[in-house]
Amino acid sequence: MQSLTFVCALLVVLPLVMVFYHLLREGFSSLNWNFFTQLPKAVGEKGGGMANAIVGTFILLIQAALLGVPVGVLGGIYLSEYGGTKLNWWIRFAADILNGVPSITWGIVVYALMVIPMHGSSALAGGVVLGMMMIPLVMRTTEEVLQLVPAGYREAAYALGIAKWKTIVKIVLRTAMKGIVTGVLLALARVAGETAPLLFTALGNLGWTHHLTEPIAAIPLQIFNYAISPYDDWHRQAWAGAFVLLMLVLAVNVGVRFLTRDRLAKPNSRTL
Amino acid sequence: MNEAGTTLKPASRQFGDRVFRWLTLAMALAIFVLVALIGSELALGARLSMHQFGWHFLVSNDWDPVNDFYGALPFIFGTLVSSAIALVIAVPISIATAVYLTELAPQWLRQPLVIFIELLAAVPSVILGLWGIFVMVPWLHIHLFPWLRTTLGFLPFFQGTDYGPCMLAAGIIVAIMIIPIITSVAREILRSVPGLQREAAYALGATRWEVTRIAVLSYAKKGLFGAVILGLGRALGETMAVTMVIGNAPQIVASLFKPGYTLASVIANEFNEATGQLYPSALFELGLVLLGVTVVVNIFAQLLLKTFAGPAVKPQH
Repeated sequence: MQSLTFVCALLVVLPLVMVFYHLLREGFSSLNWNFFTQLPKAVGEKGGGMANAIVGTFILLIQAALLGVPVGVLGGIYLSEYGGTKLNWWIRFAADILNGVPSITWGIVVYALMVIPMHGSSALAGGVVLGMMMIPLVMRTTEEVLQLVPAGYREAAYALGIAKWKTIVKIVLRTAMKGIVTGVLLALARVAGETAPLLFTALGNLGWTHHLTEPIAAIPLQIFNYAISPYDDWHRQAWAGAFVLLMLVLAVNVGVRFLTRDRLAKPNSRTL
Repeated sequence: MNEAGTTLKPASRQFGDRVFRWLTLAMALAIFVLVALIGSELALGARLSMHQFGWHFLVSNDWDPVNDFYGALPFIFGTLVSSAIALVIAVPISIATAVYLTELAPQWLRQPLVIFIELLAAVPSVILGLWGIFVMVPWLHIHLFPWLRTTLGFLPFFQGTDYGPCMLAAGIIVAIMIIPIITSVAREILRSVPGLQREAAYALGATRWEVTRIAVLSYAKKGLFGAVILGLGRALGETMAVTMVIGNAPQIVASLFKPGYTLASVIANEFNEATGQLYPSALFELGLVLLGVTVVVNIFAQLLLKTFAGPAVKPQH
């Protein structure tokens, strides 16, 4: 019984170990300076890099954060600090359901919403789709960390005659800041690896994007396109891209663990 | 703080409070706007296809862009079968791991294992897909599939040749993706089982296994079921990794060694190339079907998790 469940735990861990091993073997060896500084080469030419996709991913994430963080954090404040139980129950419920909506669905929704009216895929549409996906994630984690702030902090502020909104902004938010930042970073790490919603919105780009209304490259899109191509050199690029992307995602995930060793700053990982 | 309190007059304080309250309320209501947007945009996009094919869309086996005729059945089949395979693999492993983590594992091992599992949940789908194409599928093709063919070949599921990418490979990769989700939710459920429950069973002379089975597992049944359904919701909508290993052929066959196609992966593959009016509309309708199924499954999961022990299932890190 004990050994059987132990074997199951090993089976769970095994894939991650295997993915790590192969990413290190295939991905790390394909990494070089050019990968970070050069544009993709044309079919058949060896070498080149993913500079545009790396920059593209960061541009998409900045846009996503601009949409997802204010809406998510302010909405989370409402859920934690205001509101009747009934309305809040429905908002929470809807947010949890939204977290389960398949990412490809978000992609075609934003396609209908932005790409068709704007007559083409754009970096903007890619940023919006990732931002939309961040909203329920950030809202739920923000609410959870705000609830960990002891009620006494709020009461002390009220006793001093401080207005409720000032109490929230200056005391509650400040106390929970680490946890909110953690939630935002985890949400960003999560959408950074999203590919499906970008397929029709950001579309991908083999060159630089000079304007947000143009299609833009992103690391996960590039990995996908290279992985399903028939060229060995592109496969190597895909492994290198995957290595960089995974390091990025894991760095955030491991990093926040060190940031948040105290209880006050730890949002629920389940909602992510 | 003090200065903030004394410089504000009551009237302006009330005004500030009101503005802040309305601002945060508006942002919280954005959730409903998103729900409405998803539903309406998909329904609008699918209108033409719904009008053309009606309910027949759901039961028709033909997906024929050349003749502009579309039916969703092969994709619904592929989605259900790949998710079912994933659940068959993932459920016992996840529940057993959750039991190990909460009841049996030595203390020093628990935290590292939990962290490892959370990291596995963070691996992007496209990376697992890449690993799936180049490492897992060739391995399955050379080692696991021939073995299944010789030992279980009397079953129709394990007959015929395979070329690597197939329904079974998709099920396995989806299992890898949902195992961390089911495990971590199941672990929280098991942790919320009151200690008294276990002690009572021990007091009656139950062995460790009996305690786990009777006092813990059967007590937490409903919550564990919720965890599994939550995993199912993820499995149904999984896109990139599946697209990369399932082989992408819209067909309904018994053999799991043959390629299949899912709702999510046909959208991912064909949406950018869909020309004309009806073709994209049919893909929108597939999206609507996928949304409907996942939303129903997720509502079910959330209700199960919320009614099980209520707030006790909340995080207790």
